[in-house]
Amino acid sequence: MAHEAQPEQHIHDAANVTNPEHAEHHIVSPAQYAAVFATLLACTALTVFAADINLGVFNPIIALAIASFKGVIVILFFMHVKYQSNLIKVTVGAGFFMFLVLVTMTLSDYISRAWGLW
Amino acid sequence: MDSAIANPQAEQDQAQQHEHAVLPQHRHHFATEEQQREAGSFGMWLFLLTEIMFFGGLFFAYLLFRNWYYDAFVTASNQLSVPLGAVNTAILITSGFFMALAVWAAEVRKQGLLVLFLILTTLLGFAFLGIKADEYHEKYEKHHIPGASFDTSQFINPAAYGLSEKPLAPDAAQKTQLFFFLYFAMTGMHALHMVLGLGILFWLMIRAQRGDFTSGYVAPIENFGLYWHFVDIVWIFLFPLLYLINRHPLAH
Repeated sequence: MAHEAQPEQHIHDAANVTNPEHAEHHIVSPAQYAAVFATLLACTALTVFAADINLGVFNPIIALAIASFKGVIVILFFMHVKYQSNLIKVTVGAGFFMFLVLVTMTLSDYISRAWGLW
Repeated sequence: MDSAIANPQAEQDQAQQHEHAVLPQHRHHFATEEQQREAGSFGMWLFLLTEIMFFGGLFFAYLLFRNWYYDAFVTASNQLSVPLGAVNTAILITSGFFMALAVWAAEVRKQGLLVLFLILTTLLGFAFLGIKADEYHEKYEKHHIPGASFDTSQFINPAAYGLSEKPLAPDAAQKTQLFFFLYFAMTGMHALHMVLGLGILFWLMIRAQRGDFTSGYVAPIENFGLYWHFVDIVWIFLFPLLYLINRHPLAH
């Protein structure tokens, strides 16, 4: 095939910043998927178990910490972000960072509306 | 090119030189297959970022109103069935696992396995929606769908219904509607995303059966996988927020 004639085109070049797509293509193995799957199920059992214990203010914190951990391993492995180029990694990170910025700004508005009036 | 039209032989030569132009994984406007793949993933992620913002607004509304009407949210939240929610979480995670395996099967060009994994992904998606429908039906029977026929009596007088919840004042009990509104809005939008995903899965199954995705062209399977896993992640957060975190209300 025509494009096999110039294999040097496909070699990864870390210095090539104008063509950031040159991340090595990586196939995640079924064994690795199974390990992630088992971790996700274990975390689900753990969060249900933790919800039954009265931990006061820590109940929502622990529940959200477990959910965040689950979300991160889904993104890294099921969604392959761990093996993608820096462009994709930064894009994904920017999305979640932007969401946190918006939550922080909106929440600080709501919190400060009636400041000192309670 | 005029010369190519005039000269069939030149046209054929050009087609041979640019043979990659006809491969779906390497369209002529991309320099390399890697570049096309990267552009596809990048575009899919940009779409998913808009989805983060879309669901993010609903999550923010939940965060704010749970703080404003804490007692109503606690009482209403404890109407949800933790076992059903937990089983549905496990079902959705399993569906996501099979979707991940489907991407692997397409990468290693195993057509039979790819179709099988897509079918399993779809079946578990339907199982999730079935349980969700059962939960919605229970809310309908109890008049816990916000609107004109919403019934607050279970929250004002829980003892009469055999519930151990703290009774709410009538005005506070009205705020349980807000919880149920957000519950239906969030799980409903999540379910709508699943319905759309299941539709796309059928289309992918037909094309996979035809062998479209097991000769090097993996992008549709891979990008749909990103969508399906995103929908998974939304549920991974909905489950604790709606079902779990209000089991032990703070005394105040």
